[in-house]
Amino acid sequence: MASSEITNTHPDKEPSYTPSRAQGSIRLKRGLAEMLRGGVIMDVVNAEHAKIAEAAGAVAVMALERVPADIRRDGGVARMSDPALIEEIQASVTIPVMAKARIGHFAEAQVLEALEVDFIDESEVLTPADEAFHIDKWPFKVPFVCGATNLGEALRRIGEGAVMIRSKGEAGTGDVIEAVRHLRSILREIHAVSSAPIEEIANYAKVLGAPVELVQEVRELGKLPVPLFCAGGIATPADASLVMQLGAEAVFVGSGIFKSGDPATRARAIVEATAHFDDPALVAKVSKNLGEPMVGISASEVETKLANRGW
Amino acid sequence: MREKHRFFGNIVVGVLALQGDVIEHRRALDLVGVKSKEVKVPSDLESIDGLIIPGGESTTLSLLVELGGMFDVIGEKIAGRMPIFGTCAGLIMLSKEIIDGRRDQKSFEVFEVSVKRNGYGRQLDSFEAPIALDGTSPPNYPGVFIRAPAVVSLGDKVEVLGKVIKDESPVLIRQGRILGATFHPELTDDLRVHELFISMIEEV
Repeated sequence: MASSEITNTHPDKEPSYTPSRAQGSIRLKRGLAEMLRGGVIMDVVNAEHAKIAEAAGAVAVMALERVPADIRRDGGVARMSDPALIEEIQASVTIPVMAKARIGHFAEAQVLEALEVDFIDESEVLTPADEAFHIDKWPFKVPFVCGATNLGEALRRIGEGAVMIRSKGEAGTGDVIEAVRHLRSILREIHAVSSAPIEEIANYAKVLGAPVELVQEVRELGKLPVPLFCAGGIATPADASLVMQLGAEAVFVGSGIFKSGDPATRARAIVEATAHFDDPALVAKVSKNLGEPMVGISASEVETKLANRGW
Repeated sequence: MREKHRFFGNIVVGVLALQGDVIEHRRALDLVGVKSKEVKVPSDLESIDGLIIPGGESTTLSLLVELGGMFDVIGEKIAGRMPIFGTCAGLIMLSKEIIDGRRDQKSFEVFEVSVKRNGYGRQLDSFEAPIALDGTSPPNYPGVFIRAPAVVSLGDKVEVLGKVIKDESPVLIRQGRILGATFHPELTDDLRVHELFISMIEEV
């Protein structure tokens, strides 16, 4: 390739791209998910938290009014956050800002898109708005992440237009057992599909309740066609290392950071442990003197299993 | 049709694997026919002929490079004229001046350019638009710009190798053995930019 400086070769021509098609494409939406790999996405409830998260190396923040542990404690209906709060958080950091909409609540998602959030989480942590249907995510230019507990659920969400899947875990518990269960479940089923003979794929699609084209794609790729992140119960650097070693490509940490004794130090430690998940000596080093972890509650003792929300 | 798997001898390209779209770069290198390896700690730099800093979050990369003691060792490699290529956040990591960065954000400060983080805006402003790769080509390189930085000023030593037709701004730039893209060639099947980087390694 010649390396001389270029001049404008088409000074009189209108640009040949059409902005309406060139923005919000699947490649751009999935691309942002891919850029977040190896990172930590942190729940924040105000600008101060957001700044702490960014300084600690978060790749993105999730703007919400209450962390899942408080939603669990307070009860009541959990809805999309106040737009003023989301804007305050957007103004305070330079990294991507995500926000949650209720399952099926496409109007909340439209509001979040109007606010120009970078990613929408159609989340079981909020109270579902539709008992049968999720949001049709294809018309949106903003990318969506959805939770899943198994491969069928993950592929249904991808079929609806999600460009990132997070294993659900059990948010607000600080107990990693459900995150491990869901991650293992998704990966086990991917392994089964990718080693299955081609003639079994239609039946897998039927059993999983998933689009056959996506089951076929999983068989060819040996992985989901979008990034698989992990959420719901991660509270320590070793938790992050655990789920990354199991096969997660990045982690969401909700209550685990800002419900702990020293959020800034713990946040940075989880960022380092996620990047160097396969280096136990480093995980040991960053795990020292982090102060009190989130107290947490055993996932088997919670009254409301958030992971059961979503269809 | 491009030739499949030209022979590149024993060239090994490292991809900084602390955060970002590492596997997309390794896939592109594999399609070009070049071996690659992840670079996470200083000792990983020993056996590589060139280094790619991928897309990701530049603030996160800056922190992880610093905490891992990688600024000095990679800086020495660049000073020793090892070819290096940064895409998006990777370009920010190489640039002398970062506009709209965090105050504590660091870079290798080797590329004589000034870049503005999120130069086109938020994710809703991310776009696809063709890139003209040199003075004679039509704009036919598929440009994928995701929360991309914008190059706002260039030093005398910096060559512009590609401009995006959206606003004619420079998006592929080179300064000696340093290559930078504000876009993501690793997210496309067009291998010309990775092939250019490999040719820079072969020149060494």
